[in-house]
Amino acid sequence: MNKTTVSLAIALALAVPFGAHAGKTLDSIKQKGQVACGVHTGLSGFSQADSQGNWDGIDVDYCKALAAAVLGDASKVKYVPLTAAQRFTALQSGEIDILSRNTTWTLTRDASLGLNFIGTVYYDGQGFLVPAKSKVKSAKAMKGATVCVQSGTTTEKNLTDYSRANKLDMKPVVFEKIEAATGAYFSGRCAAFTTDASGLASVRNKEAKNPADHVILPELISKEPLGPAVRRGDDEWFAIAKWVLFGLIEAEEYDITQANVEKLAAESTDPVVMRITGKSEDTGKLLGLDKDWMVKAVKAVGNYGEMFERNVGPKTPLNLPRGLNNQWNKGGLQYAPPIR
Amino acid sequence: MRRPSARKRWSWRSQAFRGLLWQVVAVLLVGFAVWFLAHNTLENMRARGIQSGFDFLKGPAGFDIGESLIPYDALDPYWKAFLVGILNTLRVAIIGIGVATLFGTLLGIGRFSANAIVRGLCYAYTETFRNVPILLQLLFWYLVFTEVLPPVAEPVSVGPFLLSKAGFSFPWWVEGRWSVPAPGAFSMEGGASATPEFMAVLMGLVFYTSAFIGEIVRAGIAAVPKGQVEAASALGLPRGLQVRKVILPQALRVIIPPLTSQYLNITKNSSLAVAIGYPDVVSIANTSLNNTGRAVECISIIMLVYLVTSLSTALFMNWYNKRVAIQER
Repeated sequence: MNKTTVSLAIALALAVPFGAHAGKTLDSIKQKGQVACGVHTGLSGFSQADSQGNWDGIDVDYCKALAAAVLGDASKVKYVPLTAAQRFTALQSGEIDILSRNTTWTLTRDASLGLNFIGTVYYDGQGFLVPAKSKVKSAKAMKGATVCVQSGTTTEKNLTDYSRANKLDMKPVVFEKIEAATGAYFSGRCAAFTTDASGLASVRNKEAKNPADHVILPELISKEPLGPAVRRGDDEWFAIAKWVLFGLIEAEEYDITQANVEKLAAESTDPVVMRITGKSEDTGKLLGLDKDWMVKAVKAVGNYGEMFERNVGPKTPLNLPRGLNNQWNKGGLQYAPPIR
Repeated sequence: MRRPSARKRWSWRSQAFRGLLWQVVAVLLVGFAVWFLAHNTLENMRARGIQSGFDFLKGPAGFDIGESLIPYDALDPYWKAFLVGILNTLRVAIIGIGVATLFGTLLGIGRFSANAIVRGLCYAYTETFRNVPILLQLLFWYLVFTEVLPPVAEPVSVGPFLLSKAGFSFPWWVEGRWSVPAPGAFSMEGGASATPEFMAVLMGLVFYTSAFIGEIVRAGIAAVPKGQVEAASALGLPRGLQVRKVILPQALRVIIPPLTSQYLNITKNSSLAVAIGYPDVVSIANTSLNNTGRAVECISIIMLVYLVTSLSTALFMNWYNKRVAIQER
């Protein structure tokens, strides 16, 4: 347990009780002039701060797009770095407006934590990272192995399930901070480190002395749809957060990019593009936003495909294939309901 | 002199009445504060759709625990997972208290040694270990165990005792016979092992706390009047007997009260184990909290566990203190 969790619990105890607060989040964001966005403390490709304190990553880009759509300025985001254990309490207590921190969408979380997941930014699965010199080719060969894992995530349970199902009797060593877990793995305390495959790629790329010395095993042992979540009880804000993500995905489907969005908004005669850019129907008004909300969002961070390529795609150090995260008409799972 | 009447005693000017009134007001205020916090928390949680209650303790935990004193399976309920965590906390605290006391007493006595090297070593040890924050010491020992020790496949061995990244492995009585540890593919097979996490927590706690205990013992010994030792010497008692029969029994009276605080500190500091992956009660509660989202409940359990262990330690030590205290007649 750490100080922040405790203080957030105290905040929950002291906060004045309130009834329904529909629409309040958008009002308070406009009043504050910034979106408070809960992010990972440092996971390359997803969210990390550079030496100047500028944040980047696919989770961060979503927050920027949201701020651009709501406030018209992608820089008006207040980043709140959170550990896995702190994240839900931070959202529940109102410290953040949106949790965009590679969080797995599960029934328990959706139904009992007072939050709503808005969609999936990255379809992931849990995997294992092992030293290349151990010559392990499959997770099923790791009988009795110790496995380093970070607490406060779905990974502990997945590991247990997999170990039971395959009678592997793996022994977890559970750390509160991901740095401690990876540190123990790299020192050789554990035979493997486990987390979402994207996280493994990030850890291998950022923390291994020589990334080639470590192998990500082929087995993915779970489904990990990672997505942002909002607090329950504010359906208007829920809708805005959802449709900004859908809009970014649909923008890719219709080839609206950061570079051409303004030109398309001015010139395109394609009815779908005109709707997305707010040239024909005013979808923004329905959400409580400006007419050109999607133009601002795409102008800020590009469409979903551009976000992927810039942060985690094959040209980045993470080198993650598009795979499940491709558009639905290109063999992937990213399918946005239509903006109309 | 006129005695005040019984009726007059309960006037506003009566000290007893005002005292009672203030106490009632204080109790009411505290009661209201507790009620307000509890009510508010529940109200806020309900408004935000956060489920609460301790019913989750009966549900299956669903996660494995690296080391356990009792048989534990992932399908066991949460309360059993918490029990494993509590036992792990108690294990490191009790062993830590025992070893730190022994070590600290030797240190304290060593500070009075006639040998300058022993005196100097004890002094240097005390000043080093009590002035470095305990969290750093835990991380240091863990680093030593995980970085410096050899991999499982090629352990350092003294007879059947093996030291490797899997920890300290030793022969153990398993299913009616002695089982001797041997390196397996990923872990030590056979025997029993103390994991690096356990050893690092134990060593961190023991080295840190024994420095304080050493100082307490030193103060206790210094508090015994010099005449007592001289008298013992005059009777011809050898040095060892002097320490055991004359100095320590008198020093204990000064030592016990501050020693109690150190015992409480060991128990509470063991919660730092979560930083290096030892599955103590805080670590288990962390995992449970994140699986169930019952933050208030899990934090309450942790607080209750530490409160109960600390109060029992204090009760026991107070009883012992009464026993060794000077019987005043």
